[in-house]
Amino acid sequence: MTTPGRRWRAFKNGFAITLCGVAVLVALAPLLSVLWLVVKNGAPALGLDFLTKLPAPVGESGGGVGNAILGTLAIVSLACAIGLPIGIGAGVFLAERGDGKFGGAVRFTAEVLSGVPSIVVGIVAYGLVVLPMKRFSALAGAVALALLMVPPLARSTEELVRLVPRALREGALALGVPAWKTSLFIVLRTARPGLITAALLAIGRAAGETAPLLFTALNNQYWNVRPDQPTASLTVQIFNYAISPYEEWRQKAWACALTLLLLIGFLSLGARFLARSPGEAR
Amino acid sequence: MTAAPKIRIEKLNAYFGAHRAVRDVELDIPALGVVAVIGPSGCGKSTFVRCLNRMHELLPGARAEGRVLIDGQEVYGPGVDPVQLRRRVGMVFQRPNPFPAMSIFDNVAAGLVLNRLPGDRAAIVEKSLRQAALWDEVKDRLKENPTRLSGGQQQRLCIARALAVEPEVLLLDEPASALDPIATAKIEELIHELRERYTIVIVTHNMQQAARVSDRTAFFYMGELIEYDTTEHIFTNPSIKQTEDYVTGRFG
Amino acid sequence: MAAANSSTSESIPVTPAAPGGRRAFSGDRVYAGALAAAGIAILLVALLIAATTANTARPALARAGLWGFITGRDWNPVEDIYGALPFIWGTLVTSVVAIVLAVPVAVAFAIFLVEFAPSRSRSLLRFVMELLASIPSVVYGLWGLFVLVPLLREHVEPALGRFSFLPLFRGAPLGVGTLAAGVLLAIMILPTIASVSVEVLRTVPSTLREGALALGATRWEAVRIAALPYGRAGIFGAALLGLGRALGETMAATMVIGNSPEISASLFAPGYSLPSIIANEFSEATSALHIGALAALGLILFVVALILNIAARLLVRAVVGKFERSSS
Repeated sequence: MTTPGRRWRAFKNGFAITLCGVAVLVALAPLLSVLWLVVKNGAPALGLDFLTKLPAPVGESGGGVGNAILGTLAIVSLACAIGLPIGIGAGVFLAERGDGKFGGAVRFTAEVLSGVPSIVVGIVAYGLVVLPMKRFSALAGAVALALLMVPPLARSTEELVRLVPRALREGALALGVPAWKTSLFIVLRTARPGLITAALLAIGRAAGETAPLLFTALNNQYWNVRPDQPTASLTVQIFNYAISPYEEWRQKAWACALTLLLLIGFLSLGARFLARSPGEAR
Repeated sequence: MTAAPKIRIEKLNAYFGAHRAVRDVELDIPALGVVAVIGPSGCGKSTFVRCLNRMHELLPGARAEGRVLIDGQEVYGPGVDPVQLRRRVGMVFQRPNPFPAMSIFDNVAAGLVLNRLPGDRAAIVEKSLRQAALWDEVKDRLKENPTRLSGGQQQRLCIARALAVEPEVLLLDEPASALDPIATAKIEELIHELRERYTIVIVTHNMQQAARVSDRTAFFYMGELIEYDTTEHIFTNPSIKQTEDYVTGRFG
Repeated sequence: MAAANSSTSESIPVTPAAPGGRRAFSGDRVYAGALAAAGIAILLVALLIAATTANTARPALARAGLWGFITGRDWNPVEDIYGALPFIWGTLVTSVVAIVLAVPVAVAFAIFLVEFAPSRSRSLLRFVMELLASIPSVVYGLWGLFVLVPLLREHVEPALGRFSFLPLFRGAPLGVGTLAAGVLLAIMILPTIASVSVEVLRTVPSTLREGALALGATRWEAVRIAALPYGRAGIFGAALLGLGRALGETMAATMVIGNSPEISASLFAPGYSLPSIIANEFSEATSALHIGALAALGLILFVVALILNIAARLLVRAVVGKFERSSS
């Protein structure tokens, strides 16, 4: 290493590190801006009425998005009922019996499906549920969300189940416990904290989806808990309010966004908490 | 041997894919007492005992051929349920493997609960822990997580867990190899007490341990059973040159 | 010792799932069946997506033909004329803008996280990445509409207008348009590219890095000589994954792109993307032809996303797999 180049090289080193640091700030700026503005613009409108009342017509003040909150919870719950067992089951399948060619095909498909645009999945749910039932429904929305939930959940479940040491499985089998009970009550129980985290993150992602709900669950101005009826959701409500020409509706879009972020934040905080506290057991 | 053997092994072969890890082993194990299985690492001794409760076949690509009879009943017969078999033939592994998501109590009761065996669970758990010489150390912390126990305590917990389903045979696969000398001594003491009630097969790479705990010793080399005799005979006056070389430490 | 003879009558081959017909076995069979069914379900989902979309799209494709549909420049539901080109164009332009903006920032972010950041701040940076990824796209759209669009209209676009000798920056600064959509998409795909790049860089064996440092290289040189060349294919894969996300991202683009089916060379002009037109018109479409045309747009999106994702996964897997094998 020759001396003349040394200062130039040191400069380049510092410059590159600085540039990478700047990239972190560039990424941080929109994040902070989004979070700050959602809180600032959303908080004034947020209140008990907002969380529990039906939407008010244009021109009337007050009103809320209680039906949309309920609708999001209902659609996501229904999606979980369909998607969680399939996703977790497929993950256990990949971990326990997925070493062959078939397993490889399933794994690769799951990876690739994770990148399919959600709007396309919306078309699928439309073709599968809306067309045969001849109406928009919470069920159709839930099917779309479940289809989106399954592939990533299968992959994360596989990784979590593979982390469970083989020795635990053998310990149970050596007690004369059948393989299926070993898998359910020893392996999955050991992986449970991680699985709950993965499931909560999947639920959070589902709750934030809009595109596949636009033409499956559609929207609804009233309370609805029937799965075969059009149903409001927070995300679709944000969209409708945001692109509306009315100032007070835009206000509500921010408040909806804050509600949604709180809901998702609550889920992912819960996920973090659950991932850590019983973690010592591993 | 005077009485009928507890376990009779005839022409047992075990494979990993194309590799034959256990070769034509024939052996009788008497009821009650301790049989030690010794030999250099890779000699097939662990694979051999894993064939006795059909754990071997669970590994990918593994299979076994031949006959194993326990009390005259085929272990590898058609219609034999390996799950039922494993309740009669308990096993303890090289590294302690308590279930980390369960309390100490639930660990011992796991076999009972998951197999839906009848009986007073609390009483059986206490009895098993006493048999495993662990009761006094854990009786006040049964709800605690087993990962807080020392390695030796964890291994005795695993022995208690195996005893709780009341097996007739206990297979110990190098049960002390991951433990310190004091914990090892406790395990050996425990084997001494259990020999009165159970037929024990212990795999060990430690010849002194085999000499201390067993009545009979089997020496394995390259997957074959080289010599099987009383422990005293094997360690003082072996009939076969290879055995002598091994027990005297002259092995390549 | 008896000679090896596995064919003697008393030696019984053992199969893991011995036939027995006992209760314990039926439990195992039911469980194995359920697991396999869940695995099959994944494959079915893939088939279902392809089949349902293609089937719904059939009327439109049958009328115009695939090529005619793709190259059609007009979109007029009233007259039942459907051409995909303006939407393909809009998707392409916004995605390219997004990739050009996001890749350098995301890769630099990943390099900073893996190579330069003090170990204590790493988890914080990871958390930033997760947060960015966890904000729903409709919230980004809302922010884009009321924060990014005015910013572009009042400051950025007038400034870029000085370069109006480039057709890219011609026209009135409207705010809404392909530039806004591209910038917003860039923000949204940043965590995808960054997190996959982090995964790739972390698998580069530290011996390579240490080797370079031991030769007297600076930390940046160690990154440039050792880490980047080995992770290059994986980082390219990360960019492809990001591109796949940008193509299919719906809400954010819909809210700021302007929703006007025009083909313009200018980034300031409003446009329309494949997902946006589907989002806007699908629930109101009534004729089979209109629905079919929208589904056909979805099919194009699906096929392109599929190709990108397959290529990306293969690239990332090649890099990560190589180092995981060599390091274990």
